[in-house]
Amino acid sequence: MDWQSIFSEALQQGLGPVAAVYCLAAIGLNVHFGYTGLLNFGQAGFMAVGGYAVSSFVATWGLPFWLGSLAGLFAAGVLALLLGVPTLRLRADYLAIVTIAAAEIIRQTIGSVTLLTYFGGQDGLQGFSSSFANLNPFSGPVGIPGVVTWRPYDFWTLLVCWVLAALCCLMVWALMRSPWGRVLKGIREDEDAVRSLGKNVYAYKMQSLMIGGLIGGLAGIMSALQHSAINPSFFATDTTFFAYTVLLVGGAARVLGPVAGTIVFWFLISFLDLFFGQATSGTNPLIPDWLMNSNQASLVRFIFMGAALMLLMVYRPQGIFGDRRELAIDAR
Amino acid sequence: MPADEVTDPVTAKQVRSSAGATAMPPETAPARPQVDVSAARAALRDVPHEPGAPKPDPIVVVDGVRRTFGGLTAVDVAHLEIQRGVITGLIGPNGAGKTTFFNLMTGFDRPDEGDWSFNGTSLKGIPAYRVARRGMVRTFQLTKVLSKLTVLENMRVGATGQHGERLLRAMFAPFWRKQETSNTTKADALLERFLLIKKREDFAGSLSGGQRKLLEMARALMADPELVMLDEPMAGVNPALKQSLLGHVKSLRDDGRTVLFVEHDMDMVRDISDWVIVMAQGKVIAEGPPDSVMGDQRVIDAYLGSHHDQDISEDMEDKIIAQAQAEIDDDNSSTAPADVEGEHRA
Ligand SMILES: Nc1ncnc2c1ncn2[C@@H]1O[C@H](COP(=O)(O)OP(=O)(O)O)[C@@H](O)[C@H]1O
Ligand SMILES: [Mg+2]
Repeated sequence: MDWQSIFSEALQQGLGPVAAVYCLAAIGLNVHFGYTGLLNFGQAGFMAVGGYAVSSFVATWGLPFWLGSLAGLFAAGVLALLLGVPTLRLRADYLAIVTIAAAEIIRQTIGSVTLLTYFGGQDGLQGFSSSFANLNPFSGPVGIPGVVTWRPYDFWTLLVCWVLAALCCLMVWALMRSPWGRVLKGIREDEDAVRSLGKNVYAYKMQSLMIGGLIGGLAGIMSALQHSAINPSFFATDTTFFAYTVLLVGGAARVLGPVAGTIVFWFLISFLDLFFGQATSGTNPLIPDWLMNSNQASLVRFIFMGAALMLLMVYRPQGIFGDRRELAIDAR
Repeated sequence: MPADEVTDPVTAKQVRSSAGATAMPPETAPARPQVDVSAARAALRDVPHEPGAPKPDPIVVVDGVRRTFGGLTAVDVAHLEIQRGVITGLIGPNGAGKTTFFNLMTGFDRPDEGDWSFNGTSLKGIPAYRVARRGMVRTFQLTKVLSKLTVLENMRVGATGQHGERLLRAMFAPFWRKQETSNTTKADALLERFLLIKKREDFAGSLSGGQRKLLEMARALMADPELVMLDEPMAGVNPALKQSLLGHVKSLRDDGRTVLFVEHDMDMVRDISDWVIVMAQGKVIAEGPPDSVMGDQRVIDAYLGSHHDQDISEDMEDKIIAQAQAEIDDDNSSTAPADVEGEHRA
């Protein structure tokens, strides 16, 4: 058992570009769910429109990369508007239904044969990230030698992602300590009470949906750049639920909740993968073949991850950063 | 004096709306029209004790408002006026439609038909948040505190015209810090008055039922409303506290505000109301000063016809019991006692 390589690779994942993309997605959900109480189950849809806008602008239409990125953000904002207008006046569960359906509709539409020439069907698109890659100042592995290192392009994307995540966290912090954020939290608690005090609840919910959606769009753009490719499987429903998991592990309605959540989540999941992988390989594996073989090893991590989440919810339901006092209050 | 009162609201509203446009901090907002309480009460002396009686200076006028739920007519008010500057009690048995009436007036529900106005402008189709901004703020029968916000934060939400509630300015504290400080001072003064100052930093969700009522009322006052509508403000409030709460409600009137409140505690209604409106089965069935209304035959009938689980004052209770006894006696005299016994045996 090579503990050093397990730790090193798990750390590489925990701080890596995938984790950083999920951090962005979860920051968006934190604005929606954590602060405003909006149940957006379609964050993958916001990511998809962001990612596909930038990749199709560049790969299909040959437009500049920066224009594609702007289009990605714009598309995510428009999606928020489209989803919000019919649902935000209704009860909270309608938004949940509409967002989860919309995300799936977007994914199926983008992957359809009819739009093959624009979005590349199930194979998706490639060759749109060269402008971004050209900006990469790094060559050769980056990191702390012997502890953790990344390939230059991976490090470039994770750096950009984490900087964006830091900026988003800063914005969320600034907003949520303000009277505007207080109204949002009030809406989460009881929107009629807030309405009775003269606040336009619908407008606030729309603003929240758009801000969280824009951050989701940003996550989608970074996800496409990080893979230098895009296809519909990136944006399946489990993407949204991983982002929710990240948020709840870290602690909802905490500025740094998504950051801590994503590092812990991706560290653990790759740690378990590597551990079981090593424990079932070789001539004399640690775990005997009749109990678990190397094919099963990569799936077992999800079972353990699920169990770990259950334990977390039982013993620390507020997440890593959450405030236990808040939980003591029953939502009357 | 009465002439002043009629023109007052108009000018007051103009000042108010211009204040909204330039978004002046609340502490410099223009004062409410100062209504002379004794004059306002005196004006009620000549008002006939009839449902829908016209008032000399109404702040709210209701015309033909009806709300049905399926086959049930919850509210059906032909005409109603609420006098400015006084405390009006709204009573009636459970299910009379008082809460529904509040919801309709404040834009939380829409009537099937009818129109109503506040300060002379129609509120029909106006969303709830705009109604509140115009100066008509309500509380809820089932309290709505923001549980995971502190008591102080609850109060601050109540303040109007906050620069920091606009998205673009919110990110930069210098835009709103000063206003926040003055709102906090105001909130602290109100919390002091409502005996919640010790709970300032606690989550509102940790308050008792009575404290939540107090917080909701104090929070409504943060908006400096012209008309305060309280739905059962005393329900669940500790009797020792009730007396001081009564004082607060009266002081609202002395501040020049108009108060409309729903209450089942008849002693309280008698103690603080200048005028009482009685609803039953969605209709206004009687109006008048407390004493005249509580002796009104229609009111006694209304309570008698309903479930008899209300807190009613003793003399009213006596009357109702006497009335019930008379009816029972009537029944008994028309039915042979033997028959009754026979039914029991069967
Ligand atoms: N949302 C609703 N749906 C159906 N019926 C309702 C609704 N709200 C109130 N009602 C009915 O309207 C009547 C008046 O209720 P309400 O206004 O709460 O009475 P009060 O506050 O005077 O006790 C009751 O019969 C009640 O059952
Ligand atoms: Mg009621």
